[in-house]
Amino acid sequence: MTATAPPPYSDVTRSEASLRRFLHGLPGVDQVGAEARAAMLGTRSIKTTAKAWALDLAIRMIDLTTLEGADTPGKVRALCAKGRHPGPGSPPVAAICVYGDMVPTAVDALRGSGVHVAAVATAFPSGRAALDVKLADTRHAVADGADEIDMVIDRGAFLSGRHQQVYDEIVAVKDACGGAHLKVILETGELSTYDNVRRASWLAMLAGADFIKTSTGKVSPAATLPVTLVMLEAVRDFRDATGRQVGMKPAGGIRTAKDAIKYLVLVNETTGEDWLSPDWFRFGASSLLNDLLMQRDKLATGHYSGPDYVTLD
Amino acid sequence: MGMSGFEYAPAPESRAVVDLDPSYGLFIGGEFTDGTGSAFKSISPATEEVLAEVHEASAADVDRAVAAARHAYERVWRDMPGRDRGKYLFRIARLIQERSRELAVLESLDNGKPIREARDVDLPLVAAHFFYYAGWADKLAYAGHGTQPLGVAGQIIPWNFPLLMLAWKIAPALACGNTVVLKPAETTPLTALLFAQICQQAELPPGVVNIVTGAGATGRALVEHPGVDKIAFTGSTEVGRSIARAVAGTPKRVTLELGGKAANIVFDDAPIDQAVEGVVNGIFFNQGHVCCAGSRLLVQEPVYDEVLASLKRRLATLRVGDPLDKNTDIGAINSAEQLARIRELSDIGEAEGAERWSPPCELPDRGFWFPPTLFTGVSQSHRIAREEIFGPVLSILTFRTPAEAVEKANNTPYGLSAGVWTEKGSRMLWMADRLRAGVVWANTFNRFDPTSPFGGYKESGYGREGGRHGLGAYLR
Repeated sequence: MTATAPPPYSDVTRSEASLRRFLHGLPGVDQVGAEARAAMLGTRSIKTTAKAWALDLAIRMIDLTTLEGADTPGKVRALCAKGRHPGPGSPPVAAICVYGDMVPTAVDALRGSGVHVAAVATAFPSGRAALDVKLADTRHAVADGADEIDMVIDRGAFLSGRHQQVYDEIVAVKDACGGAHLKVILETGELSTYDNVRRASWLAMLAGADFIKTSTGKVSPAATLPVTLVMLEAVRDFRDATGRQVGMKPAGGIRTAKDAIKYLVLVNETTGEDWLSPDWFRFGASSLLNDLLMQRDKLATGHYSGPDYVTLD
Repeated sequence: MGMSGFEYAPAPESRAVVDLDPSYGLFIGGEFTDGTGSAFKSISPATEEVLAEVHEASAADVDRAVAAARHAYERVWRDMPGRDRGKYLFRIARLIQERSRELAVLESLDNGKPIREARDVDLPLVAAHFFYYAGWADKLAYAGHGTQPLGVAGQIIPWNFPLLMLAWKIAPALACGNTVVLKPAETTPLTALLFAQICQQAELPPGVVNIVTGAGATGRALVEHPGVDKIAFTGSTEVGRSIARAVAGTPKRVTLELGGKAANIVFDDAPIDQAVEGVVNGIFFNQGHVCCAGSRLLVQEPVYDEVLASLKRRLATLRVGDPLDKNTDIGAINSAEQLARIRELSDIGEAEGAERWSPPCELPDRGFWFPPTLFTGVSQSHRIAREEIFGPVLSILTFRTPAEAVEKANNTPYGLSAGVWTEKGSRMLWMADRLRAGVVWANTFNRFDPTSPFGGYKESGYGREGGRHGLGAYLR
């Protein structure tokens, strides 16, 4: 691939060696310190008006997701209906996230709603396929009307130090996306160290990612607060250096409103309010929405309605 | 502060859990008794409201307290099997845990520190200290410091961590078989009095713990009392010196934990985000009222701009205000007197040519407040680089080589703590070897644990508290 990274990093991607030097020259991440910072922010107490504001924002940031072998058009249509109208008075979610073959169904079900269709691609979740297969996967989803593509990086290549290969793949997929937004999944649970998370974040941003995303949801651990902290620091620093703002999406394992609010606090106190919008921050989640709806109801009425008062999908 | 979108609503911790009496006496011989000295008021530094009235212990009151401690020492505590002493300490530790919310709220009220810190740092450490030394009570023979207690310990503690300093003093003293007369600081006596109630609740034998409230004169009476076998003091170097003079030529043993002017050293290969967190925690934790605070930041020149920019950005997110709000990061300055000292030294910093910076922040109208403050362009010769400010004020200096960092860090009369930030293990060890400080933190700052000894070099005092070493201060 010939695409170059934005200034001042245009030279960085000239060779495998320069790319490696750059990524390994990024400041390290102290694990204990990063986890302590995330835990401290997790103690923020968000109540009353602040909570109401945060709950609605969190709903608007959800990529409501179904990524199962058992998915059917019926299941996807039901999820789309829920995404458009989660509950009385609730705003719609940001996007519905599905496998590529479900894109036409989702496009059809979401027409006119403003809710985006996101498709996972590039041999999700493992990323183990030839590049032309990954690109075909991407083009197919885009041609079917996907607004957003969630790709996975080749973790094997990254872990064995073939950064250039990972970079070139992202550049190629970005190219295949055309006008669709590209989210790059790092699968942080497999990268295993925060240093790797920071390097992979920069690699993806240099290659043109519109969003960086923690996880597929198929590997444990998926999103965590400290991993999200490290990635938020990366998007913050990248904008400071290049002027280009990249979004951030934690995905997998975020199930409760309480958790979601912790993530919003993390955004607020790490990157600041510029990222507190569905354009720049998303939650990849399936069961989170119902807890947000129940909490929303609780705040409005003063009591819990219970799981039978929100829909399954 | 740039958070127009996500404004955290007030989240005040309830005060209802604290049930204060309007007036407190002295805790002597297991009971609250009237003192013969005059009354004084303990106020909340955040609002200046009066919390309760306490009594200044006179020399006669101190004499009674020492007599009660002597009686308990000779009749009960000295000869009680260590295992049984341990049971009392375990009981106290559990009661502290059970009543930790009450203690945390009162600590925050009386001291001005954020409830988050009182709840998440002070109280867990207080309980941990009692648990830890409870475990030592029947194992003294294995500690290597002898097994004989010293007798009656006179203990004088400061206002920055009222309950934690009480725990550091009382837990090892009692575990070793000593009895104590403790004087809390005059601006923060209330949690010590609540602790006295916990001693009653734990059915600790009367006289083992005695609490006398008061100011300098009470402390002097305790230090000079001939019936005291040991003085343990935490506070200013100035008072520490006068204590050392007072006990010179007597058989009294002394440990002193005094001031500091710690260097927090950031190398160019440091984990920058965590280093910035550590710098913030090092100087703004507890409003900078920390003897081991990292009040001098030494940054290696190549990363100076980056670190300074990150620090300023981070300072802008600090939440200053009501200490009882669960989201407050920086609370009130403990007293008008301390606030005046912080202002004076900060003004001197500017007058001597350093550049002062604070994030925009609104301070409450009542109470004692000082914004988080940075000074750049600071030299070793500036008074703000040499004198302990004991407030939320950071002096930033630069260095070029590891050797220069060591020289600058050690170029102070103090030597309580230091912090080093580098990803290179060999450099970390090289630095730790050369820094003349009782504690050297590696890629962290202001971390405390009962198993770890704490204490100073040079004018930061002598003796160690905490860990196995801490037993040595109370045994012969």
